[in-house]
Amino acid sequence: MWDFPLFPERATEIAGKVDAVYFGELAVCVGFTALICVLILFYAIKYRKGSTASRANAVTHHLALEIAWIVIPLIISMGIFGAATVVYFEMFRAPADASEVYVLGRQWMWQIQHPGGKREINELHIPVGQPVKLMMTSQDVIHSFYIPAFRTKQDVLPGRYTSMWFQPNKVGKYHLFCAEYCGTKHSGMIGSIHVMEPADYEHWLESGTQTETLATSGAQLFKSLGCSGCHGLNATVRAPLLEGVFGHPVPLEGGSVVTADEKYIRDSILLPMSQVVAGYKPVMPTFQGRISEDELLKIIAYIKALGRNERSGQ
Amino acid sequence: MSIAEPRVEHHPAQLAHHFEDLGQQHESANLGMWTFLATEVMFFGGLFGAFCIYRFTDPVAFAAGSHHLSVLWGTINTFVLLTSSLTMALAIHAGQTGEPKKQVRYLLLTMLMATIFLGVKASEYYEDYEKHLIPGPSFTTDLKELGLPTDVPEHTVQHTQMFFVFYFFMTGLHAFHMVIGLGVMAWMVLLARKGRFTRDYYTPLECTGLYWHFVDLVWVFLFPLLYLIDLHK
Amino acid sequence: MNAYAATEVEAEPSYLTAGQTIKSWLLTVDHKRIGLLYMVSITLFFFIGGAAATILRLELMTPGGDVVQAETYNKMFTAHGVVMVFFFLIPSIPAVLGNFLVPLMIGARDLAFPKLNLASWYIYMLGGAFTLWALLMGGVDTGWTFYTPYSSMFSNTQVMAAAVGVFIVGFSSIFTGLNFIVTIHKMRAPGMTWRKLPLFVWAMYATSIIQILGTPVLAVTIGLVGLERICGVGIFDPKLGGDPILFQHLFWFYSHPAVYIMLLPSFGVINEIVPCFSRRPVFGYNAMATAMMGIAVLGFVVWGHHMLVSGQSMYAGMVFSVLSYLVAIPSGVKVFNWTATLYKGSVSGDTPMLYALGFIGLFTIGGLTGLVLASLSVDVHVHDTYFVVAHFHYIMVGGAVMAYLGGIHFWWPKITGRMYPEIWGKLAALTIFIGFNLTFFPQFVLGYLGMPRRYYEYPPEFQVLNVMSTAGASILAVGYLLPLGYLLLSLWYGPVASRNPWNAAGLEWELPSPPTTHNFDEIPAAVERPYDYPLREHDRVDS
Repeated sequence: MWDFPLFPERATEIAGKVDAVYFGELAVCVGFTALICVLILFYAIKYRKGSTASRANAVTHHLALEIAWIVIPLIISMGIFGAATVVYFEMFRAPADASEVYVLGRQWMWQIQHPGGKREINELHIPVGQPVKLMMTSQDVIHSFYIPAFRTKQDVLPGRYTSMWFQPNKVGKYHLFCAEYCGTKHSGMIGSIHVMEPADYEHWLESGTQTETLATSGAQLFKSLGCSGCHGLNATVRAPLLEGVFGHPVPLEGGSVVTADEKYIRDSILLPMSQVVAGYKPVMPTFQGRISEDELLKIIAYIKALGRNERSGQ
Repeated sequence: MSIAEPRVEHHPAQLAHHFEDLGQQHESANLGMWTFLATEVMFFGGLFGAFCIYRFTDPVAFAAGSHHLSVLWGTINTFVLLTSSLTMALAIHAGQTGEPKKQVRYLLLTMLMATIFLGVKASEYYEDYEKHLIPGPSFTTDLKELGLPTDVPEHTVQHTQMFFVFYFFMTGLHAFHMVIGLGVMAWMVLLARKGRFTRDYYTPLECTGLYWHFVDLVWVFLFPLLYLIDLHK
Repeated sequence: MNAYAATEVEAEPSYLTAGQTIKSWLLTVDHKRIGLLYMVSITLFFFIGGAAATILRLELMTPGGDVVQAETYNKMFTAHGVVMVFFFLIPSIPAVLGNFLVPLMIGARDLAFPKLNLASWYIYMLGGAFTLWALLMGGVDTGWTFYTPYSSMFSNTQVMAAAVGVFIVGFSSIFTGLNFIVTIHKMRAPGMTWRKLPLFVWAMYATSIIQILGTPVLAVTIGLVGLERICGVGIFDPKLGGDPILFQHLFWFYSHPAVYIMLLPSFGVINEIVPCFSRRPVFGYNAMATAMMGIAVLGFVVWGHHMLVSGQSMYAGMVFSVLSYLVAIPSGVKVFNWTATLYKGSVSGDTPMLYALGFIGLFTIGGLTGLVLASLSVDVHVHDTYFVVAHFHYIMVGGAVMAYLGGIHFWWPKITGRMYPEIWGKLAALTIFIGFNLTFFPQFVLGYLGMPRRYYEYPPEFQVLNVMSTAGASILAVGYLLPLGYLLLSLWYGPVASRNPWNAAGLEWELPSPPTTHNFDEIPAAVERPYDYPLREHDRVDS
């Protein structure tokens, strides 16, 4: 019964860095708390009413001291800020070779979709030692995808994609929690992250029913929803070709240039008037209301696949 | 500390028991009204801020919404309200010179202007009601009625509705403040008729005037933001 | 020399006995009586919020959900938050102690707008009525933070009623703040310059500035959520073109400064108690006043540290993080200055001082853990966990509630004319200190372990720490019930208090205990410097 944890497991390198910053902060907290408590107790006893300690030359100002206890905490604070922010940058910037997993949060479960087509509910299987980036959105209210062992979380919003990445370095099973209150079963929106040896992971990928990859489903949708009618090679309507587009800059009407990322593709499908490609007429209809989040993810996967096929030398 | 001695002094009738003299009372009332107006700035400011953020994200929708507002009536109302500030200032001046008849006259004129403003606003609201522009289930989704081009995403219709949410909330809140102002002015008229405001004491008039000028000032920001800024889009 | 000896024969009745009818209480414009009206109301709300907390801690003793349903649990933590924040913490010190003491401390007969003061209390009660009605008619389950789109489009609980209640009570806060600002500017006694003001008055002033500038934004935010629920328009719902993050920005723009509304008055109380029981003027008066004003201003620019994981840009996160460190510096200055005030003083451990010293220690812990939360990478891990819950309870309960109780005990003889039993006072203070730490320290550990907040059920390995926390809460509950008991009893059975039982400096201590309705017969013409300790012995009067 007394065998309970006081400190969470550490399963990524960044978790170690976050812990290092935390320990530094704890040292500052404990140090200053101890200093204040000791001083208060010491003075309260030494200068208690009736004690014989000398009260001569008591002052109510001391410029040097007052400046010191502004400047020193300021320096310490800025040090903490700096150390924490350096790690923060690393947490925010996913490596380019991270494999992507799509997450759909909804009351009260996590739907997880691997690019190879495998789906999971409330579980995420990933190989150890490889970076994974999650692209997440919510179907209803705000949720938050939290893995304490990785020391990372990210709010999952409706109507937007948010992302987070991690690279586990320890095989094991770790808690997954929803960390943004989302209604009745908020505390039931939990699951597990399974970090596996690469061989075990391959084995797991091949097991279970074979579902087609996201990109293949996306290709079928691209035809069935009518996208190829304009964006295909033999289209009668002039629309930008999508081969090789993903990840590259796109010049827009009005002179600005954007990078064609997931958000750009999603906005182009739902709000085509908001970013018209330079040299094209604004004639694309919106698919708002005609396409689900699920289908959007598949089309984005397909367009990404088109991008990779065409990129030379990568 | 000095020994307590009963004070034998003439206490002016308008001096509240907790103030030392009329000067302190007057300054307190003034500062109180200015402080209250500061809170009102933050109140309207929050709405202005949210409005500006949404206008920035969907200029098309907000322009379409704005085009439904009558610049003619808005301008007339601006003129009416600014004139009411003039008559209010004249009422306060009559307070400073201690002329009850003028105080009443200018207060009544201000109230007349306020009523005209509210009447125009009501008729504008009614027109919006007939055009199905009241946000909620009855809001029209017809693109032509809204004045939107045909190839806009669904969000634009919703954002146009949001324009009207802000329009009604902000002008409605403003009108609510005007109604309160009307009530306060009516009360001032009653007091003025009894000769309560003299050269030495016209504090309530002054505070009313401060409040009224603020209400006017809010409109001076509302009118360009809602009616004029997208006029030539 | 006792200035009141000559008038003892025709002694004017105290404010408590002048007028004994219910009407004289409910229609009073005397700031002291209004302070008492507030004291009764906020005590009631404190125990309502405490009852909700009791259910939470009972449920959390076991990992599974076995005491109440999930829905009920969610409604309980919402009720706890809404009631404690809006109906206890925000009004407590300003509306009870501030109302009572500010005119006395500056040498005035009342606040600038006595009728507005009474109106503030009625508005508070009206807001409370709406909120209680919401709780009784099924409750609210959005959390006190009302995040959209859950609160605007999804929750089917009494969100509107609770929102109306909070909207209304905000005006009570605004009017109290307005009253204090005008009073402090315009009604100080002639010799009472800004630099002679007791720091408690400075604290009320700084708090009032936040109240008048921040609360209107909360009103607007709640108004917009209400509109969204009623009209179904998508101000904050992305499906209808809105932005839920805008709600968070608007909400926290008020709610962060709100925590300083809850905290600055506590600083004011501690600033009065520590010098008195050290028999020394406070160390660094100018720095103390400046620090409080600085916190009031800086508190308005750090709201985004509640949203570091929300999806806002990482550069915004950096700005808010840096500014959050800046706002911590003045708080640190105050802690150092209090400690320095003890140096070469003559320290005694009466009950108010026990609360004050406990405050300093617990606030220091709470404040330092705020630095942990402000650090970007660590916050990603501990945001929305029990670490945050522990942090704000250290500040709000270990800080603000202890300061409130310390102030109540310090000024109890002045307010009621009675003394409480010192032994019970010390016992309660100790019980509260121990119970508090046992309740909330384990929550720091739970938070870093990864236990999210607002969780009805949790993994079994978190149980032992939760049981510790609940055990502490039961001790804390006893600690709070004790003062309720002995303070009430002292009204009938406590010894009659002298004018200045603590031999404290300050104009309020020159008046009888309790004071007359109009406070001062003659407004003081000359004023000593504040905290004129050690007081000359022959000034000490025992009756």
